[in-house]
Amino acid sequence: MSLLAVERIKLFSTRSPWWCTALVLTIGVGLGALISAVSSADFPISVPVTQAGLGLGSFIALVLAAIAITSEYRFGTIRATFTAVPNRTAVLVAKTVVVAVLLGLVGLVTAFAAWGVAYLINGSPILALDTTGEWRAVAGEGLLYAGYAIIAIGVGLLVRQTAGAIALLLVWALVVETIVVPILDAALKLSTSRWLPFANAGNFITAGDAATTGQGRGGAVTDYPFGGPWGSLGYFMAIAVAVLVIGIVVAHRRDA
Amino acid sequence: MIEATGLTKRYGRTLAVNDLSFTAQPGRVTGFLGPNGAGKSTTMRMVLGLDRPTAGDVRIGGRHYTELKRPLHTVGALLEAKWTHPNRSARAHLRWLARSNKIPFTRVEEVLGLVGLADVAGKRTGGYSLGMSQRLGIAAALLGDPQVLLFDEPVNGLDPEGIAWIRTFMQSLAAQGRTVFVSSHLLSEMAITASELVVIGRGRLITQCSTADFVENATEATVRVRSPQADRLRTLLASRGRTVTEMDGGLVVVGATGQEIGELAAANGVVLHELTMQRGSLEQAFMQMTGQDVEFHTAVAPAGHDQAQLEAALVTAQPGQGRTES
Repeated sequence: MSLLAVERIKLFSTRSPWWCTALVLTIGVGLGALISAVSSADFPISVPVTQAGLGLGSFIALVLAAIAITSEYRFGTIRATFTAVPNRTAVLVAKTVVVAVLLGLVGLVTAFAAWGVAYLINGSPILALDTTGEWRAVAGEGLLYAGYAIIAIGVGLLVRQTAGAIALLLVWALVVETIVVPILDAALKLSTSRWLPFANAGNFITAGDAATTGQGRGGAVTDYPFGGPWGSLGYFMAIAVAVLVIGIVVAHRRDA
Repeated sequence: MIEATGLTKRYGRTLAVNDLSFTAQPGRVTGFLGPNGAGKSTTMRMVLGLDRPTAGDVRIGGRHYTELKRPLHTVGALLEAKWTHPNRSARAHLRWLARSNKIPFTRVEEVLGLVGLADVAGKRTGGYSLGMSQRLGIAAALLGDPQVLLFDEPVNGLDPEGIAWIRTFMQSLAAQGRTVFVSSHLLSEMAITASELVVIGRGRLITQCSTADFVENATEATVRVRSPQADRLRTLLASRGRTVTEMDGGLVVVGATGQEIGELAAANGVVLHELTMQRGSLEQAFMQMTGQDVEFHTAVAPAGHDQAQLEAALVTAQPGQGRTES
């Protein structure tokens, strides 16, 4: 338990969690409000659509989590950490838990705020949370944001440099998943897109929603391999945890 | 107590530390001396379990660092003063360290006072001067009130006041019965601070001995004499088997005490203008000892100048050679 307290002190004694939280809230709520205000027959609104800003906010979440570990390497505090607690696995798991809980809460609060503001502005009964799928689309952001923390800390442990880790995460999520792989799929008549981790993460929110079919955060894919949103979430989480485990094993073997 | 046996670290094809064995005893300051790049920091990191030795091992009080439970209570270390998050305050930095080893926060305030940072503890460490960072690093090392302390180049880049403060501090820690192991590439600094020396060059142990012995063995005592009757004095000394060299308009005598020369001169009515005890430069002796073991040799003029001085010193040390008479 004291390791969780250690990582909590570390995280909240720097400024990045505060501005990241503020930015996610602003983007999440702002975009939700904007979309709900301009929705029309051509551009229908739904509960998952109100969460569009959370999709954008996910990149900020990745950045915050990556910085939480790479800044320790950059400023050498990782050595102070490992001399204070030689059990590296325990330290790194504690850090992941603290960052994942913070981002999970940020995701959850922002998701409900974005939905609430959209509901107030738009007033359409479509936006009422009256199905399990709609509850999943909003409350599920908390789980996804925790997952982003896990995968980003794993990548940060492997790369150890802030710029490198952030570039890798963002290029993968924004370029490889949404541009490169779909083009390759189309050109080579493959269907590898459905195996992509962040596409699966998006599918967890938008699966089964008529307004976002084929263009939501799950991308153009409709046939995800693991049977619906929960299968997609499980797959994304499994990959995130696998990256983290590899990161911790490498950190154990490496000289600090 | 710190004990290293056969400690070896290899990075690719470079041997950073090569079969190094030494001990650092409680109650004294042990200087860990070597030129830059000799493997001092690598050794320090291996002591703290940060780097894994390729071979051999190092123990603190008989145990490996990684086996220690709440290690800050046993070992305190200052490896690099700037290893703090620049946007975190000194107090927050010490608090997370304290929490990790179940040290009460009241102790944080104590060590802050001890190193004189109490007034600026709430400020971000990114704005600290090197001296302040160094004090924060020492506060962190003292947090768990450990019996073993490691400092890596603690006086590097400090002003004279800071250097004097750290020197006194380390000596007072040793006087309390703690093991203090401090690295430096400056022999002159270690000669004042440490009572025991572990000297390394290119990762290998050159010697471990007391500082006094090191200075005694590494440098030679000579007496400088000036006299208007230099030739007569020289003959007198030579007849007694003393080695005499002419240097800068005076004589340098090897193997005789000032008292002996003074009495000899008085007995023979020789006037003396100067009679000075001299010691060879520690730096020269250090370079001489680690000469083959310096990683980066300088190939330009200043080194040649030192080399000339060194040769002159060697010549005076050997009777029957060069300009000496016997």
